Amino acid sequence: MDTRLSEEDLTFQDEVRQFLSENWDAQVAARCNNLATMKEGVEEWQRRLYRKGWMAPHWPVEHGGTDWSVTQRFIYNSERAAVGAPEAVAFGVTMVASVIIAYGNEQQKAKFLPRILKSEDWWCQGYSEPGAGSDLAALKTRADREGEVYTINGSKIWTTYAQYADWIFCLVRTDSSGRKQQGITFLLIDMKSPGITVRPIRTIDGFHHLNEVFFDNVKVPVENRIGEEGKGWTYAKSLLVHERLSIAEVADSKRALGELRELARTEVNGGKSLLDDALFAQRLSAIEIDLMALEFTELRALAAIAEGNQPGPESSLLKLQGTETQQAIQELRMDVAAYYSGTLQGELSAAQLGHAFADSAQKLYFRGRASSIYGGSNEVQKNITAKYVLGL
Amino acid sequence: MNFNLSEEQGQIRDSIARFVAENYAFDQRNAVVALDHGFSTAHWQQFAELGWLSIPFAEAHGGFAGGPVDTMVIMQEFGRGLVAEPYLATVLLFGGLLQTGASADMQEEFIPRIIAGELQGAFAYLERQSRYEMADILTTARQKDGKWLLNGEKTVVLNGGAAQYLIVAARTAGEQADEAGITLFLVDSASDGVERRVYRMTDGAEVANITLTNVVAQAVIGAPGEGYALMASVVDAARLAVCANALGAMEALNAQTVAYCKTREQFGVAIGSFQALQHRMVDMFGACEKVKSLLYRAVCAAQDNGADARRSLLALKVMTGRAGRLIGGEAIQLHGGMGVTDALSVGFYVKRLMIINTLFGDADYHQQVFAKVGVTGG
Repeated sequence: MDTRLSEEDLTFQDEVRQFLSENWDAQVAARCNNLATMKEGVEEWQRRLYRKGWMAPHWPVEHGGTDWSVTQRFIYNSERAAVGAPEAVAFGVTMVASVIIAYGNEQQKAKFLPRILKSEDWWCQGYSEPGAGSDLAALKTRADREGEVYTINGSKIWTTYAQYADWIFCLVRTDSSGRKQQGITFLLIDMKSPGITVRPIRTIDGFHHLNEVFFDNVKVPVENRIGEEGKGWTYAKSLLVHERLSIAEVADSKRALGELRELARTEVNGGKSLLDDALFAQRLSAIEIDLMALEFTELRALAAIAEGNQPGPESSLLKLQGTETQQAIQELRMDVAAYYSGTLQGELSAAQLGHAFADSAQKLYFRGRASSIYGGSNEVQKNITAKYVLGL
Repeated sequence: MNFNLSEEQGQIRDSIARFVAENYAFDQRNAVVALDHGFSTAHWQQFAELGWLSIPFAEAHGGFAGGPVDTMVIMQEFGRGLVAEPYLATVLLFGGLLQTGASADMQEEFIPRIIAGELQGAFAYLERQSRYEMADILTTARQKDGKWLLNGEKTVVLNGGAAQYLIVAARTAGEQADEAGITLFLVDSASDGVERRVYRMTDGAEVANITLTNVVAQAVIGAPGEGYALMASVVDAARLAVCANALGAMEALNAQTVAYCKTREQFGVAIGSFQALQHRMVDMFGACEKVKSLLYRAVCAAQDNGADARRSLLALKVMTGRAGRLIGGEAIQLHGGMGVTDALSVGFYVKRLMIINTLFGDADYHQQVFAKVGVTGG
């Protein structure tokens, strides 16, 4: 049992810190953090990662990945989060890429992976439907094959960043005769195809990230199918495990908690800092302790993967506890902002409003409500854990 | 980075697991706890023969020079079986203080006897008023004719009934609750002026309140007036050990609860098929995993003497207390009426978890200290 960093790891840590200090600059940070410029900002940041060779650390080297050890991946992620830099957007490089690498054919790998690596394509995920949320396998969007073309009819919902996407990876139904998990097919669909309509969903956080996507006789060539027809559920499940691991966002929560602590230090109530308030200190320390545990739960999962084990059902627990911690931090931050948290800043500057982070505290709280719902709701994660870990 | 046990650690774990399987079934444990002093001297001899009593001690005294990981492995397996023998009191506390602070002559005199299983010891530090502040000590020691005379009362002394020797924390200078001015003394428990009132804890462990009236100490351990740092470091190691013990108990209790819910039928089906109960068991599992992660974190930090060591240990003790409450309460609830009877071991596990929460400071106490320590670990 040993968690010390080797000389080699420490050298790597220096290299990461240097890269971040040179590339995660105020300008790109400002663009990433502003909704209006987010897409261009993130793409610029991802191109910098690509030039360094770090866009897809978890991919096989032959496709442009790195051969980082688990410790190096942990170091990179900790350092990245510590400066507030975002992870590369997961839909392409983490989610669909893992399916293409595992189950795609050579032409698909050659066509899609380099474009993901260079951030030339923006991907979104077509899984949920109005009638298929937690019960994802109940999806009804149909794909009817005629010759070498599928015709798609139906709709997807909760599609994050569909308004920016060049491609969508979709689960569609090609057969309704058997069990609902059978007859599902995994398709890659060009968002510029005729018959696709994207309609925004207004959400309680005031941001626009969710959409509905409608398919009206959309034609998709059979060559865009991953693997075999009717096996899409198997491919999708492998992706869900990766999704859950990335949703935990442990290193990012650590930064968020550090920020929260600094905000609380300067908030004064009755002449003393909130940090000296016993009740507040109790809430803050409870979250910190949970997060310290979570950091090592993640390390344990990574160490298991490094020894050749696939990330398994334990990823459900990470998703569950990771999102609980995110929400606890968001809630406490909103409480730190006090009555300013209910203000709508609008065109006013923070100085005019009288409070620097009030406006975003409540937005972050409301945006964070989604984390215990997406990626398989936390109740679904409990069902999975009960079945596959506890054997119930 | 790895979380694997070494080959030797794996062997120790397996051999303790075998001992527990053979000797610590429900009825067997009840019989052990009913013995004098609440444990089996035959088991203790077996521990000596198997080398378990030697593990934390230096090789010069016949020990194994084990570290925090070794102690974790032993205590976790003991926890799974609710092993009643006083490994904590005699080996980790009494032995730990000798190993850390005693003179070479004293170590040579006592440690081989502990390793051989010939000697029971106890650490007497708590007092009626001290609650969780270990420095709150009123027992006094003063010199007379070149000897140290001890006066005062110690409470809830673990293994206080069986101990042939005690290490007593007494005040030689300073005010009540000062860390400076505390000195540790070795006392023969058969000395004149030692009066023991022996009783049991709910988990079966024997403890004692010990009144000292002009008791002549046999020796000073460490430097006079500087006993607090010595006891603090040994108690920190003991905190890790009891949390490992709690983790073993939690794992056993969770496994037992899941097994019960798979077999107990109501409404014509196993109650484990009900989602309301499944989610509660997932919460128990999740709490247990948090303790395991913090235990690994604290053990690795202690092993490396890292900057994170203090915060990790405090966090671990908080989580162990809180998770113990959750898991214990849920285990009783999910066992239904059977959970409140003495016919199953459930209640005994829960009692052990409750007592571990209070040892060396409970979750609330440790969370307050944690909050004061802040992010720097200072």
